[in-house]
Amino acid sequence: MVLASLRLNLFFLMLAGLLAAAPLYAQPYYLELASTALVAAMFALSLQLLVGGAGLVSLAHAAFFGLGAYAVPLMTRFLGAPPSILVTLTAAGMLAGGAALGVGALALRTRGFFFLMSTLAFGQLFYFVFHDSPLGGGSDGLFIQRPVFGVGSLVFQVSRADRPAVLLALNLGLLALMYAGLHALMRTLFGRALLGIKANEHRMAATGHDVRALKLAAFALAGLLAGVAGHMAAVTDAFVNPDLLGWHRSASALLMVLLGGIGTLYGPILGAFAFTALAEASQSITERQGLVEGVVVLAVVLALPRGLAGLGRR
Amino acid sequence: MTLVLEAVRLSRRFGGVRAVSDVSLALHRGTLHAVIGPNGAGKSTLVNLLSGELAPDAGSILVDGIDVTGWANWRLARAGIGRSFQRTNVMAGMTVLENVRLAAQAVLVPGRRLLRPAAREAAPLRAARAALLRVGLEEVADLVAATLSHGQQRLLEIALALAVQPRVLLLDEPLAGMGAEESERLAALLRDLARDHAVLLIEHDMDVVFSVADSVTVMVDGRVLERGAPDWIRDSVAVRDAYLGHDV
Ligand SMILES: Nc1ncnc2c1ncn2[C@@H]1O[C@H](COP(=O)(O)OP(=O)(O)OP(=O)(O)O)[C@@H](O)[C@H]1O
Ligand SMILES: [Mg+2]
Repeated sequence: MVLASLRLNLFFLMLAGLLAAAPLYAQPYYLELASTALVAAMFALSLQLLVGGAGLVSLAHAAFFGLGAYAVPLMTRFLGAPPSILVTLTAAGMLAGGAALGVGALALRTRGFFFLMSTLAFGQLFYFVFHDSPLGGGSDGLFIQRPVFGVGSLVFQVSRADRPAVLLALNLGLLALMYAGLHALMRTLFGRALLGIKANEHRMAATGHDVRALKLAAFALAGLLAGVAGHMAAVTDAFVNPDLLGWHRSASALLMVLLGGIGTLYGPILGAFAFTALAEASQSITERQGLVEGVVVLAVVLALPRGLAGLGRR
Repeated sequence: MTLVLEAVRLSRRFGGVRAVSDVSLALHRGTLHAVIGPNGAGKSTLVNLLSGELAPDAGSILVDGIDVTGWANWRLARAGIGRSFQRTNVMAGMTVLENVRLAAQAVLVPGRRLLRPAAREAAPLRAARAALLRVGLEEVADLVAATLSHGQQRLLEIALALAVQPRVLLLDEPLAGMGAEESERLAALLRDLARDHAVLLIEHDMDVVFSVADSVTVMVDGRVLERGAPDWIRDSVAVRDAYLGHDV
């Protein structure tokens, strides 16, 4: 994985600034669309820690995303009233990270195709827990109350009109934090070891690396971050349903990663934005949305082996 | 000449094939012990057992007198067992330096420091540079491993084994496919490595074996056929018969 140069990161910071200023020049509808893309970007970015970081392809990732989302209504019910967003966010990360730790401990006993299949099985297990039990509103899903924006007595009352702008700022801030954190992580000894595992797991083990433990740490952290993304999906949409946990959502996150490129950390962010824009555009042209998306993604992946992130470096 | 690694009556079979049966072996610091034998004799399997790539069906392995039988490869690497592979097995897309730095990292950096920036951790970098210097790859440190010549990749194999700061070096046909001049230089390196390691060398080239080895084990069909000083092995009738029987 090639990490972005300082110059490129400053460029991204500028783009983030433009996006942060969107409430000054864009309709609320587009602010909401941007939030959707930002949440997808967080999710795809968390998956990139596994795919581009450690060479692990998982279909359980949406389960951790969904657990993070369901943490919001579950905490609200548990505490009797909507808690602070810091509480739901922490709970989402812990719930998803804990589940990923458990799933990873079992699934990482296998490799390659068998790993992929066991993540599929574990992911669907979580899906059916929410689909077939009254725990989170069953298969219909659940409209939820948003958590309180603030801590203790310091509470921001967000009006309905301001909400899209506030959510945009929040999602953008979290994505930036996540990106900066992972960027720093990939430069540590841990990050380098993950890249080594992706390059040649066997040789890494033969030179003394506890490959299983390293992969498990990455899997749990990626799950935790997916939980944060899922939490923001719930907070943004005020709605959760079991589809959030389904394997096809893992698959579309993988598509975003592929679309953006597995060779960089920022690729999946580009991929998520492109994917969201594509979905929006194809929705307005045709009813066969999935088909259009599929064809375009296929064309891009075939034409750009390094994904969108490879565009500037040919 | 301290005893570092001892294998006692190791056996391993694959289905009906007895790849290694009842093989005992002692490796001492400061000596180079060669294992020779025809193709399929079980030499690589022996190395795989000693390095924890494979678990033995029977027998035990001791490092410094401690029973390490059944330990995984990564634990044995940390216990001081370094190895190279018969088929080049490196992080092909990474630079030569990063390959060796990663190999040094696991043994030299305790787990709690894993979240420090790699560029600021001096010990693995220093160990990597030292290993590259010793095998003579310091000038290609910044090249991507996949772009190296075959001979250089074989040297990188050895550098990776060296980077884990081993006391035992298990080298599986390090000279395979090398030119005459490269072989000669590598033979000198092997002698040099044997001064401060316990070396086990698998090699088909008898001239090299007889010039660098302190002692030789001959394996045939998974068993030890003969063992002794190079001169003695060279004159052994049993060894000659075994080799002639296998057309080598
Ligand atoms: N993983 C494996 N699965 C099944 N059989 C194996 C395996 N590894 C080795 N064998 C068999 O065990 C026997 C010994 O193989 P090994 O590779 O140890 O021989 P070798 O002495 O290293 O040969 P060479 O000189 O060709 O490298 C052979 O019959 C081989 O086919
Ligand atoms: Mg062999």
